[in-house]
Amino acid sequence: MPSDPLRGAAAIVGLGVTPQGKVYHTGALGFAVDAVKLALEDAGLTREDLDGVLLNPGLAWADLGMGSFQLQQAMGLRNLRLSATMNLGGATACAMIQHASQAIAAGLATTVACVFSDMPLKPPAPKGDRASAASAYGFARGWEQAYGFFGVNAMYALVARRHMHRYGTTQDHLGSVAIAQRRWAALNPAAQLREQALTLDDYHRSRWIVEPFHLFDCCLVSNGGLAVIVTSAERARNLRRPPVYLWGMGQGHLGGDPADTLTSGAVLAREPAFRMAQITLRDVDVVELYDCYTFTVVVTLEDYGFCAKGEGGPFVAEQVTGPGGRLAVNTGGGQLASFYMWGMTPVSEAVIQLRGDGGERQVPRHDVALVSGNGGILSTHSTLVLSRLPA
Amino acid sequence: MTAVARPLPQITPEMAPFWEAARRHELVVQRCAGCGAHRFPARELCSRCLSREAGWERVSGRGQVFSFAIMHQVYHTAFADAVPYAIVVVELDEGARMLSNLVECPTDAIVIGMPVEVVFEDVAPDVTLPKFRPRRAAA
Repeated sequence: MPSDPLRGAAAIVGLGVTPQGKVYHTGALGFAVDAVKLALEDAGLTREDLDGVLLNPGLAWADLGMGSFQLQQAMGLRNLRLSATMNLGGATACAMIQHASQAIAAGLATTVACVFSDMPLKPPAPKGDRASAASAYGFARGWEQAYGFFGVNAMYALVARRHMHRYGTTQDHLGSVAIAQRRWAALNPAAQLREQALTLDDYHRSRWIVEPFHLFDCCLVSNGGLAVIVTSAERARNLRRPPVYLWGMGQGHLGGDPADTLTSGAVLAREPAFRMAQITLRDVDVVELYDCYTFTVVVTLEDYGFCAKGEGGPFVAEQVTGPGGRLAVNTGGGQLASFYMWGMTPVSEAVIQLRGDGGERQVPRHDVALVSGNGGILSTHSTLVLSRLPA
Repeated sequence: MTAVARPLPQITPEMAPFWEAARRHELVVQRCAGCGAHRFPARELCSRCLSREAGWERVSGRGQVFSFAIMHQVYHTAFADAVPYAIVVVELDEGARMLSNLVECPTDAIVIGMPVEVVFEDVAPDVTLPKFRPRRAAA
């Protein structure tokens, strides 16, 4: 079977992660600039090497139209051949890297920065208005606010409740995901919740946000920026850091009501991604899944086929996904416990693992990583298969 | 009392017939003239048959809980004294699904599939919110 021309054509060569979490020294645009600078430095490249910018604007970008152009101007970038502001929610990170790689393979660009930044958290106010994660992401949809229906937490909660009803997924199952990822976070110096161990009792005692979600079912909210630099495989070999090659990619967007499908777009994205990468699930050494909620991890594990549909709960309850388990999932603690840069969090952790930079949390075998992105309410999905080996 | 007022629904032209009926304590949903599907909330276009033709039809107000979530976090200060309260998606007997509140029921007694019926809550002189409660046996 002829190999896909995209297979292994491009590589991630630079990773830039700004301080994450409750950091307030700049704004969304400033975090984006800082992340690109860090990523270029990591790659051993300069601004002049960039000829493409893809930006996923977080919520704080709301009043900045044409974000990728704003970023270009802010960084004084000249003569770009690729520029786009993209938004598939949490699926954007992997999708940006896909588009960068496609443009590079087609000869339309050589070196592309893929960037996310956001600043949903405001500095602590002296008194009065409390800026919290909840208010940052507590947007209402039209008339539903009259019923007290606010925020993405509630939208996901309705879907999770259906999964519990249909498949017997339990609160303990959801808690198992939180615990496994907190154990990984304990090994990650960059994790916001590194020093906060979590037991199942702690999980059950944590306050409800929107039942069936406890506080620890929900991802963190972080200020910060994160960028990766994508270039051709050929060029990647001569740069500072070990290349992370793009072996396979795919997208899947199911449409319809997620409370009916109870399924992510992974069921569509996995086949083309794995075919391009010429791998099966058995070849995957490390798994970095988009985890806006514990529930999302359960569903995504099912939809990639790590277990049968509906058996994600019992699967995670065996604690196979934590440190020392047989399937390394969200090895930096994920967005539940390290930091929340939409889909860039799983991308960055895959790069770290494939480079062998994982320190205490490094998985022993790290040839192939599977990365997922998920946006909306299981609305959009993107897949990357990454490897430290050339295709 | 100077309690913060709860947000009133945004009465868009598309949804105006729904709110007008609610004021009369009637529950109506949009029905596609192309394929006959009931739908909620109102939309310009039927996502099943792509028809733009639709009317409003009174429905029984009976249905079942399709899913639910219990709001504990206060996202709006006007709901501070209401938490925890139940958000429900009700699947009406006619087929459409409607997001609402379940009232007159302890939050720990809600189960998917429980039969419910509409009740009307007059929240402002010109605004009535259809909500749902556990269905009572016919008198």
